[in-house]
Amino acid sequence: MTEVTDTYDKGKGPVATGSPYEAIRAVPVRHYGRWVSAVVVVALLVWLGYAFSQGNILWGTVGDKLFDHTVIQGVWHTILISVCAMAMGLVLGVLFAVMRLSKNPVTSAVSWLYIWFFRGTPVYVQLLMWFNLSLIFPVINLMPLYKNDTVAVMTPFVAALLGLGLNEGAYMAEIVRAGVQSVDYGQTEAAHALGMTGPRTMRRIVLPQAMRVIIPPTGNEFINMLKTSSLVSVVQYTELLRSTSNIGSDTTAIMEMYFVASIWYLVLTSVFSVGQYYVERRFARGSLRSLPLTPWQKVRANLTTLRRPKVVA
Amino acid sequence: MVKAEAVHKSFGAAHILKGVDLEVAPREVFCLIGPSGSGKSTFLRCINHLEQINAGRLWVDGELVGYRQRGDRLHELKDREVAAKRRDIGMVFQRFNLFPHMTALENVMEGPVQVKRESKAVARERARTLLDRVGLGEKAGNYPSQLSGGQQQRVAIARALAMEPKLMLFDEPTSALDPELVGDVLDVMRGLAEDGMTMIVVTHEMGFAREVGDALVFMDDGVVVESGHPRDVLGNPQHERTKSFLSKVL
Repeated sequence: MTEVTDTYDKGKGPVATGSPYEAIRAVPVRHYGRWVSAVVVVALLVWLGYAFSQGNILWGTVGDKLFDHTVIQGVWHTILISVCAMAMGLVLGVLFAVMRLSKNPVTSAVSWLYIWFFRGTPVYVQLLMWFNLSLIFPVINLMPLYKNDTVAVMTPFVAALLGLGLNEGAYMAEIVRAGVQSVDYGQTEAAHALGMTGPRTMRRIVLPQAMRVIIPPTGNEFINMLKTSSLVSVVQYTELLRSTSNIGSDTTAIMEMYFVASIWYLVLTSVFSVGQYYVERRFARGSLRSLPLTPWQKVRANLTTLRRPKVVA
Repeated sequence: MVKAEAVHKSFGAAHILKGVDLEVAPREVFCLIGPSGSGKSTFLRCINHLEQINAGRLWVDGELVGYRQRGDRLHELKDREVAAKRRDIGMVFQRFNLFPHMTALENVMEGPVQVKRESKAVARERARTLLDRVGLGEKAGNYPSQLSGGQQQRVAIARALAMEPKLMLFDEPTSALDPELVGDVLDVMRGLAEDGMTMIVVTHEMGFAREVGDALVFMDDGVVVESGHPRDVLGNPQHERTKSFLSKVL
């Protein structure tokens, strides 16, 4: 046994010198199916690319309009409304999740009702209802603080924000609740045993640990939000889709402008996905023995291992 | 320090504590032994009101646990008041329950900073001293997942001590540990006992109970069967149930 270990340490390979067998060099299984399917996939892609290139599409227009002033403003509006609505959704989500889990039957019922309504009706309908709120409340009157006509307050941006944000809050509440419930109850007991009150335990101990469970579906929600924000054109907010299709209908370059919009949506979701990776890494602290490498660290690690480590003889 | 009179506790239909009477003196190391399901852990958890008792009376340091007596009626305490009383009672769990998103040092600082509102500098200084005391000064920056079970449990003891408690509760602190790690934790507890800390220890470590304990109670089926000095109860048990339990574990 000691002989085997010694041989291995000298870097001559894992097989002992005294072994009657040499290292195995078997014929690998041939995966013909993989080659066939790869050819089929490539053929389909080539055909699809050809169809698009031959279609009645002015590709030059796509390039020209990609950085058009109106389009860029649409991109900016999409980012703005998505980020604001998501921020609102996050805050409401945490609030209503904590309320839902509360021992207080009133807060718990209020939260249930909120989630029931805003998750149970289409966001499209909710947007239209906010936009037409003046039909029910012609005047917003917060005596003595504030008073104004609803029409003046309910600008396209405000209607879009309320519609998307309140809807998102209902979904986030369920995500946060799942995260909170995933944290071992022993953590709460340990915090209580130190003399922490319920709210402080939630803020310092439970929520930070719940984040690991909350973040991946939240990333999903944000990507969804970037795309769902295209619905707010219904309340006259000029975001990416509306700004591109406006140009499209003016210039009859309809399909071209949908391409422009799609390219921008892909750019936004891709950039965000990278950001999400770093946020997840941040909240993995303590749950893994060592943090996963960032993409940049991976590249560096691969570069340094290009030189094989010298075998000590 | 702790006094229990006819304490009852049920979980739904399950009657766990069926009238527990006992008294723990200050600076005493009080060991609770008994078969699993006998209610010893439940009783320990009643002492800092992690469980609410259903009948009887339980006092810590002369004050009722979880209630305030006005006339002959008991009033439940508010969450904030319960939390305030728990500050003076440290607890160590079988499964450690360290906060995994904080380093060892941050775990020990958490109570003083968040509950006692101490400055971080002061809390950090004392946390380092406490980690040194449990032999883990080197591991201050490690997360719990990077520590062995025995190290985690010693951090958990330091975390409880950081609140400068009058009373320490240990709920089977070595039951989740590999045998060779038990000694380090027991050494820390022995040191605490020598410093005069009042300790209530639910344990299966009969050697520790005999050597360090000042008093010992054998519980079975929700009642105290036998109590006395560990040497007497362990060496010369009077009750059949005690005898049969000890014959299995010793």
